[in-house]
Amino acid sequence: MSIFLSETSRVIVQGMTGSEGRKHTQRMLAAGTAIVGGVTPGKGGQSVEFDAGTVPVFGSVAEAVAETGADTSVVFVPPRFARGAVVESVDAQVPLVVVITEGIPVHDTAAFFAYAQQAGGTRIIGPNCPGLISPGRSNAGIIPADITKAGRIGLVSKSGTLTYQMMYELRDIGFSTCVGIGGDPIVGTTHIDCLQAFSDDPGTDAIVMIGEIGGDAEERAAEYIAGNVTKPVVGYVAGFTAPEGKTMGHAGAIISGSAGTASAKKEALEAVGVKVGRTPSETARLMRAIMEGIA
Amino acid sequence: MEYQAKELFSAHGVPGLPGVVVTDAEAARAAAAKLGTTVVVKAQVKTGGRGKAGGVKLAGSAAEAAEKAGAILGMDIKGHTVHRVLVTEATDIAAEYYVSLLVDRANRTYLAMASAEGGMEIEQLAVERPEALAKVPVDALRGVDEQVARQIVEAAGFPAAAPPAVVDQVVAILQQLWTVFVEEDATLVEVNPLVRTPEDRVLALDGKVSLDENASFRHPAHEVFVDKSADDPLERAAKEKDLNYVKLDGEVGIIGNGAGLVMSTLDVVAYAGEEFGGVRPANFLDIGGGASAEVMANGLEIVLSDPAVRSVFVNVFGGITACDAVADGIVSAVEMLQARGETIDRPLVVRLDGNNAAEGRRILDEAEHDIVELVDTMDEAARRVAELAAQGA
Repeated sequence: MSIFLSETSRVIVQGMTGSEGRKHTQRMLAAGTAIVGGVTPGKGGQSVEFDAGTVPVFGSVAEAVAETGADTSVVFVPPRFARGAVVESVDAQVPLVVVITEGIPVHDTAAFFAYAQQAGGTRIIGPNCPGLISPGRSNAGIIPADITKAGRIGLVSKSGTLTYQMMYELRDIGFSTCVGIGGDPIVGTTHIDCLQAFSDDPGTDAIVMIGEIGGDAEERAAEYIAGNVTKPVVGYVAGFTAPEGKTMGHAGAIISGSAGTASAKKEALEAVGVKVGRTPSETARLMRAIMEGIA
Repeated sequence: MEYQAKELFSAHGVPGLPGVVVTDAEAARAAAAKLGTTVVVKAQVKTGGRGKAGGVKLAGSAAEAAEKAGAILGMDIKGHTVHRVLVTEATDIAAEYYVSLLVDRANRTYLAMASAEGGMEIEQLAVERPEALAKVPVDALRGVDEQVARQIVEAAGFPAAAPPAVVDQVVAILQQLWTVFVEEDATLVEVNPLVRTPEDRVLALDGKVSLDENASFRHPAHEVFVDKSADDPLERAAKEKDLNYVKLDGEVGIIGNGAGLVMSTLDVVAYAGEEFGGVRPANFLDIGGGASAEVMANGLEIVLSDPAVRSVFVNVFGGITACDAVADGIVSAVEMLQARGETIDRPLVVRLDGNNAAEGRRILDEAEHDIVELVDTMDEAARRVAELAAQGA
């Protein structure tokens, strides 16, 4: 089992005809993802050749959904078109929209997130995220598919490369689903959403949660864990040495005054019984011990 | 800066006081003479606490304005040198208020904050009298229309604190600030203080606007607000090369791919450094998921041009760009730097993990750069690079 994405997911790629879209569609297909179409306005009726076969291009999401029964969309369109692309998927009632695009104005994200909330039927992951993978089943986004195998650990993270690092360290145990939620100030899916889904997933035994400085998402996740999560959770927080007031790469990764520090997040998690590793490797060791205890 | 916020306010009809930005005392004299009233001369720097630092002065005449401007220009306020002053009409103040609009990460929407009690640092008010600071969520699709603006002023207690005519003006100003917020793609619009004059006029006396860099493609006019004058020369050089670099104060240069992994690398190096006399990371540098040779070369050049750096940790996880490609990148980066006439005189510790890691390590071994040392894991590599930094002291 897995969360949000499985072998039955039927995936379309918005922006498949662009260079990034094309490159990653090739990789997603190689990972076994059921890519049923691409969407590029004005290019409906064309098709794109990949190693795994030919994928049709549709002029709109509505058309792609009607023709293919797609239930997941991965968005690679440039920032200025991202809002329109997501709104189109929400209008077409696509249940899962994974927004890879980096550099979307926060007002656009706020607007498409509010629009999706109002419509009610669409989960957005991202923006500015690596997407999600259920190893061996499906891959929606840019996470390398061949660094880990399928297993029973769930992973949720703000950071792309830290996600890969953790997947790699625990590759022999394997993962049910790994979700990169992105580091932007507003994200469609939070740590809490993923914790909840992993809690409900019979295919997940334990959860790794990776956070970083900025905001209070980790503190709120800790609160949620205390009241709702009985599966073991291991945490890691990046940015203990980050200075105040400087943005560290991710737009959201900034310490403002005493808020958003890594220490505060670690303390909040430990206070509710989450083991927090000092380094990614130590975090992996903590999770390994838990999985060995379960086995 | 204040005057830039005021330009944006004025463009959207937010009432304020007329003022002119000048860079020398003579221009301040002319500006004050033209305004023809008592003026305030205010230092324009990107920091708070200007008043306490002596950067805000009242002047009763044009001559006095010139004198005050002369004293303020060149002043150092919290590490910022004053290059400009704003000469603005002075006004008597009957009451001070606070209003702002911002992106609310926790609720993934917008937040309006308002208080009918101003004259206090807002952070202080939030801590000491949280009930006096209203926080009203704003729906991103609806925005601040008149009804929402009324809810905000009511939550902030304006109707009890001010006559209806003043409340109406605050309601109108909130709607104008909303247009500044969305039309300028701001992440923060703040007026502090919003003042009520003895004649019951409501004016935005001072303010702050933070603009979203991601939206610059649709705001060519915002180019003038972009502050390219990073205070640190290395950060400035890195910015020119589009590198995501932050200068820190340690001795171990850091290069990695992906913001989270680099932040984590800083931590791991700092922990390891505790064993070696407290050596610490010298910088944050994220060369991006792809880790191309040229970006690697530019990154190495910036990191090595920091004289405090005694050893460098290149920490790359090969995902989409597999480790063999990253290793090729490091080898060509070193060659590129040598071709540019740079000598790499400090040791590089490289940790490569992920796809094709074995092949990547073989490439680096064969290149036989004696300054490059390969270490298998992130923790061990951090220990080694800290040790080298301590030895290089």
